[in-house]
Amino acid sequence: MDKKTHSPLFHIAKRSALPWYVTWGIRGTALLLALVACGVVTSLVTGENPFQIYAAIFKGSFGTPRKFWVLLQNIAMLLCVSLAVTPAFRMRCWNLGGEGQALIGGLASAACMILLGRAGLPNWLVILCMIVSSVAAGAIWAGIPAFFRARFNTNETLFTLMMNYVATQLVAFFCVVWESPKGSGTIGIINQNSQIGWFPTIGGQKYLLNVLIVALVCVGMYIYLNYSKHGYEIAVVGESERTARYVGIKVDRVIIRTMLLSGALCGLAGLLLVGSTNHTLTTTIVDGRGFTAVMVSWLAQFNPIWMILTSFLLVFLGRGAGEIATNFGLNQSFGDILTGIILFFIIGSEFFIRYQIRFVKASEKEEAKHV
Amino acid sequence: MKKIFALLLALAMVFALAACGQQAAPAEEAAPAEEAAPAEEAAPAEEAAPAEEPAAEAVTVKAGFIFLHDENSTYDLNFINAAKEACEKLGVEYLMKTGIPEGQECYDAAAELVDEGCNFIFADSFGHEPFLLQAAKDFPEVQFCHATGTQAHTAGVANYHNGFASIYEGRFLGGVAAGLKLNEMIESGAITEDQAKVGYIGAYPYAEVKSGYTSFFLGVRYVCPSATMEVTFTNSWYDPTLEKEAATKLIARNCVLISEHADSMGAPTECESNSIPFVFYNGSAADACPSTYIVASRIDWAPYMEFCMNAIMNGEEIPADWTGTLATGSVKLTELNEAVAAAGTAEKLAEIEALLASGELHVFDTSFFTVNGAALDSYLADVDDMGDFAPETEVIADGYFHESEYRSAPYFDIDIDGITNIDA
Repeated sequence: MDKKTHSPLFHIAKRSALPWYVTWGIRGTALLLALVACGVVTSLVTGENPFQIYAAIFKGSFGTPRKFWVLLQNIAMLLCVSLAVTPAFRMRCWNLGGEGQALIGGLASAACMILLGRAGLPNWLVILCMIVSSVAAGAIWAGIPAFFRARFNTNETLFTLMMNYVATQLVAFFCVVWESPKGSGTIGIINQNSQIGWFPTIGGQKYLLNVLIVALVCVGMYIYLNYSKHGYEIAVVGESERTARYVGIKVDRVIIRTMLLSGALCGLAGLLLVGSTNHTLTTTIVDGRGFTAVMVSWLAQFNPIWMILTSFLLVFLGRGAGEIATNFGLNQSFGDILTGIILFFIIGSEFFIRYQIRFVKASEKEEAKHV
Repeated sequence: MKKIFALLLALAMVFALAACGQQAAPAEEAAPAEEAAPAEEAAPAEEAAPAEEPAAEAVTVKAGFIFLHDENSTYDLNFINAAKEACEKLGVEYLMKTGIPEGQECYDAAAELVDEGCNFIFADSFGHEPFLLQAAKDFPEVQFCHATGTQAHTAGVANYHNGFASIYEGRFLGGVAAGLKLNEMIESGAITEDQAKVGYIGAYPYAEVKSGYTSFFLGVRYVCPSATMEVTFTNSWYDPTLEKEAATKLIARNCVLISEHADSMGAPTECESNSIPFVFYNGSAADACPSTYIVASRIDWAPYMEFCMNAIMNGEEIPADWTGTLATGSVKLTELNEAVAAAGTAEKLAEIEALLASGELHVFDTSFFTVNGAALDSYLADVDDMGDFAPETEVIADGYFHESEYRSAPYFDIDIDGITNIDA
C-alpha cells in the first residue's frame, strides 16, 4: 500500500501582541469588508441601492433630535445592564441572569409605585422605596445563584439563566394581579394622573436622567474595576482561584460580593426602565438586554469605557434596521441580517488579531513527506 | 432566537475560555414595514369622495401605523393588509412600524411618525393604548386611532379615538359553521350527541376574549343544541408553542372541534396533524391546513381606517368610538373550505347573516343562554374603564345583551352555562 502523508494547507498559530495600529488596521479593514458584504447582499437580495440603505441606517439614529435621544436612551439602558454583568465576567463568573435581575428590579419598583402610591405615601418616599427595593431585589436575584456557587460550587451559568425564567413568570403573575382592565393581563401606565413614583425629568428631556445616571455608573465601574482593591481581587480570582486563595483572598466572599453588585446594577436598570421611562411593567420590558449585554461586554473585552462604543454599535445597528424596514418596505429581519454580517466581520477580526494563519509552503510539504 | 443565540455563544465561551469569539446577534427595537405607497398626494379624496366640492381645501393625509408584531403574527398581518388596502384605495402615503412593544417605545414610535409628517396615526394593540393616549395629548393636531382600546369615550381627548367591530357576529357565524360540522359528525356516527365537545383556546380571560368565545359557542349551540365547550387560556396574545400545547391538551380531553382567539398558527397546525376540524380567527388557514380548516372570522379594519382618513381629509370629526358591523364590511368570514365544512354550510351562513344584519336575530339574546341555571334579565357592565373595576352600565334591554353599543370594545364578560374553563 502506498502510504501518503497529508500535510495541512495552513497552520493557525497564536500571535504575539501586535502594535495598536496593526490591531486597529485589522478592525478597520474588517468593518470596510463588512460594509462591502452588506452592500453586495443588499443589491443582490433587494435590488435597493446599498448607499441609500447605509444612509437610512445612519438616519435611524441621527435623523432627528428625537431619534438621537432614543438612541441615547437605548445605549444607556443596554450599557447599564452590560456594566452590571461585567464585574462578574471579569471574575469568570458567567452571570447570564441580567435579564431576570433587571426584570425583578422593575417588578420591585412597580410594586412600590402601585402599592405605596395607593397607600398615599408622599412622592419622595415612594421613589426612595423604589430605589432601595429594586436595587435590593436585583442583588438578591443574583445573590441566590452566587451563594450556591460559592458554597456548593453549582454552575452559575445555568443557575442565573434559570432565574431569568422565574423572574419572567413572576412578572407575568403580577401583571395579572395588577391588571387594568380586568382580564387584559396588562397593567397600563401606573399612577398616570398622580404621577407618584415617576422620576423627575431634567430640562424637559425625559431620557436625560437615565443617560446621566448610567454615565456616572460607567465611570464608577471603570474606577472600581481598575483602581480599587475589590477590582484587583476580582481580576485575581478571574485569573486563577487557587492563586487568589494562596495570596489570602477569600474567594467565596469575592464571588458573592461581586454578584451582589452585578445584580444590584441590573436592578437599577429595571428601576430606570419602570420608574423613569415606561411607568408600566411587562414581561418584555427589558427587551433581551440581559442577553445582548453579554455581547456588549465581551466585544469590549470587559472594559467599561469601550462598552460605550460597543453598546452604541449594537443600538445604532438595531435602530438602523428599524429605519430600513420602515423606509424600504423590507422586513425588520433584513436589518438584522445586515447587523449579523457586520458583527460577523467584527468578531472575526478579533480572531485575526490573536491568531495568524501560516500557509504551508510547497517546499515544507516536501520536507514533511520525507520525514 | 436572539436569546438562544446569545446563550449558545455564551456557553461556548464558558467552555472555551480561551479568548476569541463572540457572536452575531441582531438588533433591538424593530420597525420593518412596507414602503410608502403611491404618494399621489395631489388628489387623495378623488376616489373616495368624488362629489366633494373642490372649494373646501382637502387635507392631505399621511398615515402612520404602529404594529405590535410583524406579518408573522396573524393578528398584525390582518391589520397590515387592511392598512395597505385602505391607503392604496385612498391614495394616501403611509409609513409602518412593526414590532413595537407596549411601552414607551410606542410613544416614541408615534412621536417619530409625527416627526415624519404623519397626521393620522393608528396603533393595533390593546397595551399600546396609554402610550398612544399620551402621544395624543402631546400632539393635539394629529388624529390618533386605536384598535381595541377602551378609554377614548372617557378620556376627553378630542384627537384620540377607539375603533372595534361587532366581531361577535362573525364569531357567531363561525360557531354556526362549527355546529353544522358537529351535526355532520353526529349523523355519520363518528361521535354521539354527548360527545359534541368543542375546545377553545383563549389568550386572556378578558372581556374581548370572553365575548368572542361565548358568541362562538352560542353559534355552535344555535344549530347543535347538545354541544358543550371547554376553554383554556394561554395568557399570551401570541405564543405559537403555548397555543400548540393548548390544542394538544384539548384534543387529549376529547374535544372534537377547536377554535381559538390567539394570534399564531400554533394551534391550527396541531389540529391539522391530528385531523381535528377547526374554526380560525384573523384570516384563512386554508393553505396551511387544507384538510381541517373550516372557516375563519375576522375584522376587516380597512373600512375603519378609510372612514378615519376620509374624515380627516374632509375636516370632519372622528367619533370617540366607532363600531364596525356586517353592514360596514368590518365583520367578515373568510372563504369557506368546502372540503371540510358540512354540506349546506354556505347557505345556512348566508341565511343567518341576513338575520343578524336585519336585527331579527341577536347573538346575545337572553333566551339563548343561562347563567347558573337562570336566565339573565339585568346586567351591569364595566363600560367606563376608570380603573375602578366598578360596573356602572345596564346593558340588557329588549331581551338581549347590547354588546359594543356603549363603547366599541367588547364588555360581555359573563360566564354562561355550558362553557367550562378547564384552567380554573
